[in-house]
Amino acid sequence: MRRFLSRKLITYLIAFVIGVTVDWGIPRLIPGDPVQAYLSQFSLQPAGYDALYKTMSEAFGTNGSAWDQYMHYWQSILTWNMGVSIGNFPARVTTLVGQALPYTLALLIPAIVLSYILGNRLGAAAARRKGLDNSVLPLGYVFQAMPYPWLALIIPYLLAVVWHVFPLSGGYSNSLLPTWSWTFIGSLLTHWFLPFLTVFLVSLGGWAIGMRNLVIYELENDSSRYLRALGARERVIRRYAYRNASLPQLSGLALQLGVVVGGNIVTEIAFQYPGLGKLLYTAIGNKDYFLLQGIFIFIIIGVLIANFIIDLVFISIDPRTRLSMQGAPA
Amino acid sequence: MSLTVENLSVAYRSRRGDITAVDNVSFRLADGEIMGLAGESGSGKSTIGNALIYMDPRMKLAGGKALLDGKELPLADNDAMRKLRMTEVSLVPQYAMSALPPTRRIGKIITDLLRSHGIKDRDEVLSELLRRLELIGLKDEILRRYAFELSGGMRQRVTIIMSSLLNPSLLIADEVTSALDVSTQRAVGEMLIEFRDRGYIKSAIAITHDLSILAQIADSITIMYAGRLAEKASTAAITEAPLHPYTQALIASLPEVGVRHEDTTLTGIPGRPPSLVNPPSGCRFRERCPFAFDKCTETPPFAEIRPGHQVACWKVSQEHGGGTRVTVPAGAIADGASTEGTGE
Repeated sequence: MRRFLSRKLITYLIAFVIGVTVDWGIPRLIPGDPVQAYLSQFSLQPAGYDALYKTMSEAFGTNGSAWDQYMHYWQSILTWNMGVSIGNFPARVTTLVGQALPYTLALLIPAIVLSYILGNRLGAAAARRKGLDNSVLPLGYVFQAMPYPWLALIIPYLLAVVWHVFPLSGGYSNSLLPTWSWTFIGSLLTHWFLPFLTVFLVSLGGWAIGMRNLVIYELENDSSRYLRALGARERVIRRYAYRNASLPQLSGLALQLGVVVGGNIVTEIAFQYPGLGKLLYTAIGNKDYFLLQGIFIFIIIGVLIANFIIDLVFISIDPRTRLSMQGAPA
Repeated sequence: MSLTVENLSVAYRSRRGDITAVDNVSFRLADGEIMGLAGESGSGKSTIGNALIYMDPRMKLAGGKALLDGKELPLADNDAMRKLRMTEVSLVPQYAMSALPPTRRIGKIITDLLRSHGIKDRDEVLSELLRRLELIGLKDEILRRYAFELSGGMRQRVTIIMSSLLNPSLLIADEVTSALDVSTQRAVGEMLIEFRDRGYIKSAIAITHDLSILAQIADSITIMYAGRLAEKASTAAITEAPLHPYTQALIASLPEVGVRHEDTTLTGIPGRPPSLVNPPSGCRFRERCPFAFDKCTETPPFAEIRPGHQVACWKVSQEHGGGTRVTVPAGAIADGASTEGTGE
């Protein structure tokens, strides 16, 4: 186990270094000078331009050699100082990300986890009940095949515009200031519900369909047949089948959770929800390199952490990974 | 009698109608008997084995019944059969390499099975399990292992131990040796005999296409052809003096120790078995049989030619039952092995 963990940690460390390097390199491959681009917004006197250019280059750290800049970038990451946003000057990148992250996590993690749990149950139940199979499955296909932006228009149209059950957009009511009061928390929840519902519905069908097919396959495979031939109760056989079928589903969950920190851009734009996706979108629009870099660092860290957690879960439910992770032939 | 099978017919449902894979089969199994059930692929040998323990949804009991220790097995009633599986009838499946669930430890699988059968005193069964593991040279730490951590031979032995743990009256061993190398084959075969001798199982049906392993472990051998029984007799009678032309040809097509096949060509049986979708009337071996004559268009009865020796062949029953003798043209059988005059 210790050997496995240390191997994993080294892998993740390497992935992190590569991720950070790419994150540092890509903006620098974009033609043009970010400081120049930034200053060109203002009409400046040549003398003032030169002075400002020098100051800004120093402030943003774009004046040294590539190696210096790279080292400087690492230093800023390790000291958790991602610099200042250009678009929301002078707000700090870490502050902006820190404000957006809770919204994204609170929106996507419950949506993904709940749809995973419920979808798998539904799929497993559909695998053995014809009636359920004939109703859940077509519905699942419909939700899955439906273009998400369309769903993100229809649901708020019905529930917010026509019936006024939930607010249409935003993270909380504009008439409130963020405080820890019940009114504010209530406002957070009502604003949270619609984007949550759309993400939940869309992924639910996918999980259910996947699980149904996997369970049907597992219920017919050799080990289920053997259990049946030895007179195991159908409930026991289903439990074994569910456990086996959960493995591929879990990898799917890992992938989804991994990119959670990137936010869900379409949802957050559609509902004007103040999460990371929306922040990322505005950062791209503003050519806000530092904010972009900062968000990407978060995504890198988030993907790695999520994968690590799923790795640990995998070891506990699939004994085969335990061996292969130690490098033994599986 | 441990097992009595009477006129058993089993069909597979298919889109073109039912296919009768086992057609009107009757045989008996004495207490302590290990019966080998041999035949080529598609002859229905595994279908008999499965029908006696678990009819999957594709299978249909088309007729007949089976009595185990005098009580009728509710073959078509899945719920009633469930309680008898593992306790009265048990199966070592053809697919033993993949039969053990991959995500649970062996010990956990066994405990779950015992719980399914509502066995109160699990500790006693588990200590018996440890004794049996020791008997065949497996360490008890195997219970804490997963199936994929075991070798093929170990998996095969673990499934035999699991399947026979509750001392069933009948153990159906379907191709238990087919996936193993010869030395492991022998060990697994001897394990069956040992388990029978110790009373862990009362009787067994060993289904295989490998006659040489049956010669080592079986008390009697039953030969199947195209869904019907061709011949049943003691192992010695089948291997040394088979009566049914199909059995004779089958034995003749086996390589023999000491025979140099540079000198004698090893032959097969010309032709192929009939399709079971629309089987021909009469004896199903007719088309390939060198002895076939007019009478063979009728279905031959599975008749007892001698005590303990049953054959379904008109020619044999006429020769042995005192009927008209059939003259067989010399050299009619292509393989040249000494099949003429056998059993006379």
